[in-house]
Amino acid sequence: MANIISDDTIEYVGILAKLELKEEEKARAKKDMSEMLDYIDKLNELDTDGVEPMSHIFPVSNVFREDIVTNTDGSKDTLLNAPKQKDGGFMVPKTIGS
Amino acid sequence: MNLMSMTAIELGSKIKKREVSVTEAVTAALDAAERKEPQLNSFVTIDREGALKHAQDVQKRLDEGQIDSPLAGVPVAVKDNLCTEGLLTTCSSKILYNFIPTYTAQAVLQLQQAGAVVIGKTNMDEFAMGSTTETSAFGETKNPWNLSHVPGGSSGGSCAAVAAGECTYALGSDTGGSIRQPSSFCGVTGFKPTYGTVSRYGLIAYGSSLDAIGPVAKDISDCAAILEAIASYDIKDSTSVRREDYKFTSALIDDVKGMKIGIPRDYLGEGLDDDVKNAVLKAAKRLKEKGAVVEEFDLSLVEYAIPAYYVVACAEASSNLARFDGVKYGYRTKEYEGLHNMYKRSRSEGFGAEVKRRIMLGSFVLSSGYYDAYYLKALRTKALIKQAFDRAFEKYDVILGPTAPATAPKLGESLSDPIKMYLGDIYTISVNLAGLPAATLPCGKDRAGLPIGLQLIGDCFQEKKIIRAAYAFEQTRNYEYSPFAEV
Repeated sequence: MANIISDDTIEYVGILAKLELKEEEKARAKKDMSEMLDYIDKLNELDTDGVEPMSHIFPVSNVFREDIVTNTDGSKDTLLNAPKQKDGGFMVPKTIGS
Repeated sequence: MNLMSMTAIELGSKIKKREVSVTEAVTAALDAAERKEPQLNSFVTIDREGALKHAQDVQKRLDEGQIDSPLAGVPVAVKDNLCTEGLLTTCSSKILYNFIPTYTAQAVLQLQQAGAVVIGKTNMDEFAMGSTTETSAFGETKNPWNLSHVPGGSSGGSCAAVAAGECTYALGSDTGGSIRQPSSFCGVTGFKPTYGTVSRYGLIAYGSSLDAIGPVAKDISDCAAILEAIASYDIKDSTSVRREDYKFTSALIDDVKGMKIGIPRDYLGEGLDDDVKNAVLKAAKRLKEKGAVVEEFDLSLVEYAIPAYYVVACAEASSNLARFDGVKYGYRTKEYEGLHNMYKRSRSEGFGAEVKRRIMLGSFVLSSGYYDAYYLKALRTKALIKQAFDRAFEKYDVILGPTAPATAPKLGESLSDPIKMYLGDIYTISVNLAGLPAATLPCGKDRAGLPIGLQLIGDCFQEKKIIRAAYAFEQTRNYEYSPFAEV
């Protein structure tokens, strides 16, 4: 079955993925995604009823530790990578109504 | 004496005996790299100043008897998705074009503690997404054996650098074949260890449940020694596995008598190049002559590994790459209206086409209404693939096959048809889904003179069986083999 990706779907995926596509990128994305999904649909040939989804190979569980600080304050170096900084913090555009 | 044609163990031994100084070894690598880079572009960054300073420190530690590693003083190149404190780390992406990490990845740190000197950071497919190193934002890397061909990917820079003698060995990462496939294309030896064996702390994540760090080197002895240095249980990586035995070099034994080796018939069928097939079967014959029991068997499910992989890897990537938003590091767009628009524009301008393609696919398969049909279906398929390997390893010590269906394609031939490019990973990808260790080693050349890779796959935690088989095979490889491309 061919997967048709609508404009709405691409818009929606753009919102989820936080990407803003140009018109020509959208057309390519629709084609690429529909081809990939057609290919992925091959998995439907497999009977997976009763098979547990395997997220990890090994039986891993949460790793806990005591909440003790072991590293030193690296905030100054960390902030050096920020595109914009102010008063020891990352600077972002205003988020609450002006 | 050409220092750059030596293996890491050979060079390390000369350094230890004071026949070569650390500065001489590191300078030889830097000079070779700077001479060959205009043609190859294996590196994003070469750190001459830092490397020469580290070389002096290492020499001092050696002279004071503080280090005793076989790798002490040997120059290494590190894939540019491994964080290095104070040294540019880009993931070959515009979005990290200026990122200077404040810490060093655990695997690199362990190498440095063993006295390794990092000479630079190697080119890769952007965020390790690709099979050719052509999706790098800093230009493609060329295959040292033929400059009009790709080196493979995504660790193409690491593999080309080792093959051309720009460094003695390198670190790469492997999510779906990204160490093994380019190693195969560049005629070098690469090793992807069991998932969780090498800490992922400081590796910029792509598909966290699949990502593994491993060595790229001239032979299996180097790979075993490097693996020994970088493997550890690390509390900073929640999926790190505590292993009983890290002594990989103890398996460098030329004896495969009675070893059971299975060749999946599914790996020899349609789509496999004749030259590759013949070289791989010839290698199998050599192991058989040395006393291994070699037979063909049906692994099954091989054709389902790629679709399952792309669902799982892209889903994890869409989540992992959410952190690149123009706030904390990297690229921020110049013009924007408000916070969300800034996020969107920074990401859209900062990521390349293949990365965007995978983030979108990943977002889609995780979205409400599709999660069960795609994501959970892929995880169920992964369980079946793991079971198929479990059944195989009840019968065999090692699985043998080709690393890739063909040798390195020409530059510019792959990116126009993504699915075709993805199919090139058919023999490597299921290994990541099942968390298995696997090595690739050169086993010949095709009619065009391009290297062919032999893949050896082991059960989880059975690296030593792979190393033993690889070492025994290398002893028979006295023929035309040279790990070294003249550039």
